[in-house]
Amino acid sequence: MDFTLSKEHDMVRTLFKDFAEKEVKPLAQEIDEQHRFPRETVDKMAKYGFMGIPVPKEYGGQGCDTLAYAMCVEELSKVCGTTGVIVSAHTSLCVDPILTFGTEEQKQKYVVPLAKGEKLGAFGLTEPGAGTDAQGQQTKAVLDGDEWVLNGSKCFITNGKEADVYVIFAVTGKVEKRGRIMKEISAFIVEKGTPGFTFGTKENKMGICGSSTYELIFTDCRIPKENLLGQQGKGFNIAMHTLDGGRIGIASQALGLAEGALETTIAYVKERKQFGKAIGQFQNTQFQLADMATKVEAAKMLVYKAARKKDEYKANPKVSYSVEAAMAKLCAAEVAMEVTTKCVQLHGGYGYIKEYDVERMMRDAKITEIYEGTSEVQRMVISAALLK
Amino acid sequence: MKVVVCIKQVPDTKGGVQFNPDGTLNRAAMLAIMNPDDKAGLEAALRLKDQYGAEVTVLTMGLPKATDVLREAIAMGADKAVLVTDRVLGGADTWATSTTIAGALRNLEYDLIITGRQAIDGDTAQVGPQIAEHLGLPVISYAQDIKVEGNKVIVQRQYDDRYHILECQMPCLITALAELNDPRYMTPGGIFDSFQAEITTWGRADLKDVEDGNLGLNGSPTKIAKASDKVRKGAGEKVTPDSPDEAVSYIIGKLDEKHVI
Repeated sequence: MDFTLSKEHDMVRTLFKDFAEKEVKPLAQEIDEQHRFPRETVDKMAKYGFMGIPVPKEYGGQGCDTLAYAMCVEELSKVCGTTGVIVSAHTSLCVDPILTFGTEEQKQKYVVPLAKGEKLGAFGLTEPGAGTDAQGQQTKAVLDGDEWVLNGSKCFITNGKEADVYVIFAVTGKVEKRGRIMKEISAFIVEKGTPGFTFGTKENKMGICGSSTYELIFTDCRIPKENLLGQQGKGFNIAMHTLDGGRIGIASQALGLAEGALETTIAYVKERKQFGKAIGQFQNTQFQLADMATKVEAAKMLVYKAARKKDEYKANPKVSYSVEAAMAKLCAAEVAMEVTTKCVQLHGGYGYIKEYDVERMMRDAKITEIYEGTSEVQRMVISAALLK
Repeated sequence: MKVVVCIKQVPDTKGGVQFNPDGTLNRAAMLAIMNPDDKAGLEAALRLKDQYGAEVTVLTMGLPKATDVLREAIAMGADKAVLVTDRVLGGADTWATSTTIAGALRNLEYDLIITGRQAIDGDTAQVGPQIAEHLGLPVISYAQDIKVEGNKVIVQRQYDDRYHILECQMPCLITALAELNDPRYMTPGGIFDSFQAEITTWGRADLKDVEDGNLGLNGSPTKIAKASDKVRKGAGEKVTPDSPDEAVSYIIGKLDEKHVI
């Protein structure tokens, strides 16, 4: 068992860290306050290949592994949770399912520009009545000649209005499974600008405020028959597979937020003086830092292990990384929430002020316990594997 | 068009300079980076690659660890990399270094050679022009802008209060300033590729038309008597003479006391 990172990974971390410090950190507070999507950062990330890190070169990507991708989201999120999730949702939730389940034509048409960052991707599964219960889908797709006709809406969609390509799930019929009538769900690729595809409310969120979170509305939206992704009726499997990968991205985001808050706080407690000495000299502070650093390191091991397991899956599709991804997300998200909250506390009153990064980091951390499967869903995934 | 960029791995002085007890630089305690002027030179070459399809080769002399900066250059977009490393080349001053690099360059085809103005660990600004001298090439130093037209380069040479515009036929050598441009980042794929890329390694035997007497410590005319950290200057002595004559005699007295005159 080798815990040493390869030289390649050391070097990509240096790159991501450098980029995050110079290009992302200066905008983090501004985009949070203004609820502004950082398009200029996305354009720069596209230029340097950050939007297609784990995608093979023949499809316009960088040909790197999942660990390099996880490290990218981690380093971006250390300074800005919004920028981390833009890359994560694009890569894990849109590029990955098309790359995994798409036809060669779909890969050429969609993955290539997505991986090059010429286009941005999003994923629409959640509906007002279908969150954790993904089977509760109401959006319908009906085949009419050579076109599928979509009707319904999706909510809380990351990269919502900024994306160009959307992977959308819809009910295409009913099937009987083990004596029960179930909805048949299928996946589709929908392009922005398709007649009948519009945007609803922009969500006014607690955190990741620079991320574009919108409702998507489909009203007799007609898409070509060939935009069915994977086989008809396999949508639920595609969604679950996609979310397994997405959880590694969100776990990396959570890890980055925890690390960023901890680094900021370590610097702060060395400077902040009370009772004539730096607060870092008080044992209460020291023990809290020790506990936080230990939990962050544990989370990091789980996140990197899940990323490694996904790479094993790529070489051998019989390998499952579902449990590892769920454990990584569960642990990293809860560590992120705990660490950022404690970091705010160590900052005292200043931690409650928006000028201090930990205030934003704490708000950003909360969503990691909710989206792409709540912590409760992760526990369901893990326990189901234990009791199988 | 073929461009060779000479780069150097230097200690990062951003976090402060660390010394060994004997006064030499403690390189092991400091992060190693690509010299900033050299990186600007590499970026200029990569822009020529983007514009004209130039082939960019990076060349460095140093310990085997210097492959790190060559890999960084490849990850930024350089096509080929050459490391010149040999125990007999160690301890080289600017003369021995430029002799070595010129010896390596004689094996390469080039239209343009770009070096950084100077390295942040030595600050001599001598190696680039010396290489040009060894190779009999024209040199334009302190470049803040580089353009190529046909077989000539048009360069803005920075001065303290102005700049000169110079045209020069290629082949020639240009020394670049860090202000020349903002070097691009590496790409993740470029980094992974750089570890698969072949790095050509040359030793003493591969250097062309150089004499042993001009190489390494033995071939270095520079002798370092003492190395030390920057000594903080004291507050000095403030005097307020009553007349110009008194001031002059005070200054003359001080210069005399220090054997300056």
